[in-house]
Amino acid sequence: MSDLDYVGSDGLGLVAAIRARRVSARAVTEAALARAASRGVAVNAFTAVLADQARADAERVDGALAAGREPGPLAGLPFAAKNLFDVAGVTTLAGSRINASRPPARRDAAAVAALRRAGAILIGALNMDEYAYGFTNENGHHGAVRNPHDPARVAGGSSGGSGAAVGAGLVPLALGSDTNGSVRVPAALCGAFGFKPTYGRVSRIGCAPLAGSLDHVGALGRSVRDVTAAFDAMHGPDPEDPVCARRPAEPCRPVLGQGIDGLRIAVLDGHFARGGEPDVFAAVAAAASALGVSRRATIPEAHRARAAAMVITACEGSSNHLDDLKTRPQDFDPLTRDRFLAGALVPGVFYQQAQRFRAWYRAQVARLFGEVDVLLAPTTPCPAPRIGQDRMVLDGVEVPARASLGLFTQPLSFIGLPVLSVPVRTGPLPVGVQIIGAPFREAHVLRVGALLEAKGVAAAVLAP
Amino acid sequence: MTEAPTPEDLGAHVDRAAKLIGLPILHAHRAGVIQAMGVIAAAATLVMDFPLPDDVEAAPVFEP
Repeated sequence: MSDLDYVGSDGLGLVAAIRARRVSARAVTEAALARAASRGVAVNAFTAVLADQARADAERVDGALAAGREPGPLAGLPFAAKNLFDVAGVTTLAGSRINASRPPARRDAAAVAALRRAGAILIGALNMDEYAYGFTNENGHHGAVRNPHDPARVAGGSSGGSGAAVGAGLVPLALGSDTNGSVRVPAALCGAFGFKPTYGRVSRIGCAPLAGSLDHVGALGRSVRDVTAAFDAMHGPDPEDPVCARRPAEPCRPVLGQGIDGLRIAVLDGHFARGGEPDVFAAVAAAASALGVSRRATIPEAHRARAAAMVITACEGSSNHLDDLKTRPQDFDPLTRDRFLAGALVPGVFYQQAQRFRAWYRAQVARLFGEVDVLLAPTTPCPAPRIGQDRMVLDGVEVPARASLGLFTQPLSFIGLPVLSVPVRTGPLPVGVQIIGAPFREAHVLRVGALLEAKGVAAAVLAP
Repeated sequence: MTEAPTPEDLGAHVDRAAKLIGLPILHAHRAGVIQAMGVIAAAATLVMDFPLPDDVEAAPVFEP
């Protein structure tokens, strides 16, 4: 299989070719490994490539097909995982130097295991912000991930390796985690689809935490059906994860083609309609126009929700690393260290009030979802900033470049809403549009995304 | 609206709270930690200034 074919198809297109035996899983895996060794190095996406394991898994898929056995719905689909997911036999770095001295993981994280059980082939582990505490993936230990569309720019974070791996055509599917926007931001900046399901939908077992109250597992991919297939393989109850929802799995692939009949859709105004560059609002307008949406809706106090998410993340994140902060602060990445240290010193009343505010805000948004089913908003306030950029001007106001990338994502993950970021190109660099649903209504979000993709408004932007 | 803490207030808090929990702050890191504390404090002020009803309770296990 040629490189061109490998990049020219989405993940499920590759699976269909493998299942029809037009190409072997081994050949697709070799294409992924070759791409990882060339473009993967250029964008600094991988921290480990698992060539032997990937080849062995691919041989198993080909063997099952030759013997007439069912190889799984993701048979032969190459994927990679942010290096905070445990992979058996590999040390889980979580973007740090500190964890590098830890023993290898003994078993795969639940999400990795679910994809491999479905026949997907794990190609390797991906670069990220240290302990997932960042939006730009300028990792001081493992190097900055470069944007596939402009190597002088960031890939976004914290799942920057995942964004670059999809945007550079290394793999059609990548696992990420999202606490404040860490799946959606890199997806938007790298031209990928990025899906963060409802909080608690996908088990986080074997996934190094940033802030347990807000951490989600998600997927980035070349198409809506790719991230949907990953979601279908991964979600459902897991008694090992105390916050994993007990409700049964609700597969979404069967309903992807249902369109938007009966869905009440609105564009978010207020907080979500200011403080960004024209490109991102043009992308939302293009999506709304394609869907025939003119309605507007407001989420109250979204700016305060973002602030509360920052407080909770600082406190919980610091608590997870307190021993290392006490004994070896010099081994943290300079871009996370001071924030983690400060987070350990936050008064308890700040944290508790942020959690109480979260309950109030959740009730307000639940009320809004009595009137609408799906909301639209920009993913980031701008296309990818430059690597090393500290400040930027948005809407005439100078703001910190890194933290501002979460302006529109944080108020949504704060209450665990399912969100799909779809890539839209309105300027030289891709941006994203968030499609937001009520809790556990992943199907609504994915149906809207699939329609935007079918209409050609949303499409993965893969670098050559 | 709550008055914003001065850099001196933030520095004093960092020094005392770090001592209380046994967290050494190296001299080279102190200015950055104070700046980060200022960012968190500004966010927390937005939250603390919001008049929440008394009966709002944080969800012990959050179910969206």
